[in-house]
Amino acid sequence: MVTTEPVLRMSKVCTRFGSHVVHQDVNLEVLRGEVFAIVGGSGSGKTVLLREMVMLQRPTSGSIEMLGADIGVLAEEESLALRKRWGVMFQHGGLFSSLTVRENVGLPLREHSTLDDDLIDAIADWKLSLVGLAADAGLKFPDELSGGMLKRASLSRAIALDPELLFLDEPTSGLDPASAAGVDELIRRMHTLYGLTIVLVTHDLDLLWQVCDRVAVLGEARVLATGSMEDLSHLDHPIIRGYFDDPRARKARDRAAT
Amino acid sequence: MTPAAITQTAEREWTLTGSWTVPGLGELAHELGAKSCNPGDVVLEGAGLEAIDTAGAWVLQRWLRQRKVVPRLSHWPPRLEKLMALVSAHPEEPLLQPTARSPLERLGKFTVDGWQQAVALLAFIGESAAAALRLLRHPARIRWRTVLRNIQIGGFEALPITGLMAFLLGIVVAYQGADQLRHYGANIFVVDLVGYAMLREFAPLITAIIIAGRSGSSYAAQIGTMLVTEEVDAMRTLGIEPLELLVLPKVMALAIALPLLTVFADVTGVFGGMVMARVQLDIGFHEFIDRFGRELHGASLLIGVGKAWVFALIVAIIGCFQGFRTHGSADSVGRQTTISVVQSIFLVIVADALFSVVFSKLEL
Repeated sequence: MVTTEPVLRMSKVCTRFGSHVVHQDVNLEVLRGEVFAIVGGSGSGKTVLLREMVMLQRPTSGSIEMLGADIGVLAEEESLALRKRWGVMFQHGGLFSSLTVRENVGLPLREHSTLDDDLIDAIADWKLSLVGLAADAGLKFPDELSGGMLKRASLSRAIALDPELLFLDEPTSGLDPASAAGVDELIRRMHTLYGLTIVLVTHDLDLLWQVCDRVAVLGEARVLATGSMEDLSHLDHPIIRGYFDDPRARKARDRAAT
Repeated sequence: MTPAAITQTAEREWTLTGSWTVPGLGELAHELGAKSCNPGDVVLEGAGLEAIDTAGAWVLQRWLRQRKVVPRLSHWPPRLEKLMALVSAHPEEPLLQPTARSPLERLGKFTVDGWQQAVALLAFIGESAAAALRLLRHPARIRWRTVLRNIQIGGFEALPITGLMAFLLGIVVAYQGADQLRHYGANIFVVDLVGYAMLREFAPLITAIIIAGRSGSSYAAQIGTMLVTEEVDAMRTLGIEPLELLVLPKVMALAIALPLLTVFADVTGVFGGMVMARVQLDIGFHEFIDRFGRELHGASLLIGVGKAWVFALIVAIIGCFQGFRTHGSADSVGRQTTISVVQSIFLVIVADALFSVVFSKLEL
């Protein structure tokens, strides 16, 4: 269901921390309905880029257009309305530790609608079942969950308002292979169910091969290349080769082929 | 975006319009309750439907279920139909509720928790004492740098606030006493009043309370956060005893700093009383100091300083103990920090009361 309509466009984005240049003229375009991955080595500014997209951080210069609006010039109210149209899943979950998992998932609905509490709880439970969590997990607090369950609960909160856009920061990091495969599967299901556009930051080769439509490789403070994994495999920039040439990368590719 | 609406267009047909989404629903969820529909099959006309999200689908689904209506979707956009089908396929289950506790059960849990905490505190004191003894056998392992740093933060940097508080307290004591003493022409006794009150009671107490709020809380928060970020576990695996690195230097620092702060509070407190005595009762500084030197003995100063030493142990131990009771989350860090301050001030005052009883028996 990939269209040619861009939902996110970054042009000439530069980010500097003091004299350290993180991004120099980064240009990106994400199309509606695609699963778009951002990869790059540690310190290449993947997460910073993601934070700039979701308005947690401002780039030093350049413009970012989200869902048709330039986020650099938005008024308070407009940016609040815009924020409701996307969901973010943070690397460490970002769940509120003082609330139960069910309350965490129901929180966006409670804040932005006038629905009854029991209906919100029912919807939250349903969202939890969508991501494969049992109903009794909803009554637990985040610190009682395992790493995989935490990621699922966090994803469940990110889709609480049925967003058009979903941002995932390292969705499979710190998970065992079985749970990581579960998260791959989950992302694919969310994508087909809601027709979501998904932007994710990852190192996970299996995720890249099996789920993502297009991949942007960050390196040397810019976007080195963008394209499907298949397209990228023909390029011979040393940083890009790293995603294809070592044995782990080959195995991930073989697994995707089967 | 048009607001969501539903109207009955024929005997067994309802038409849905607008956007059945969180921003579009508005008050519809509450208004739906008033719309009645007989059980049976109905057609839900969806040609005018702009959008439906999970919340909208649930609102609709609940209305249908409550009226035992079996819907047939007509002219729904395919994507919306899919979501609706998914929601209606989900069986209605009663919500799991956290098991509520009876008052008796709560009382029992409260008692058991209290008891366990008391036992844990004793264990913590014991472990700290054992660690202190081990350290005494190997004095080279004492972390003097950390101790000095803690003295600077917890003691030296607290000088201004402690001095000011004690000074104000001295003024208050002298002022309250002045009025009573004047009636009996016993003006000069304000020296005894201020001297004994400050040296024996108020200076150690106010200093301990300030330090409990300043340092005790920061100890609890620091250790609690280190537990949450697994720094304490890391210390253990590196063969560093957390008690030795985190607790003992703090206890030592406060045990040194708090008595010294108390002496400083004695000085500023008595000075405050002196100022007030001169203003209210016309007792000159020279006269005040002269009587102070004759009437007050070293014992009063030592009693105050000795009490301060005990208060220091209480504040440091409770702060560290509550820090170590943190488990899991940011929320817990905040809770333990609060508990540490409340509990250490409470115990300081209890200890002070015990001292009064003991001193009166010993006629000190």
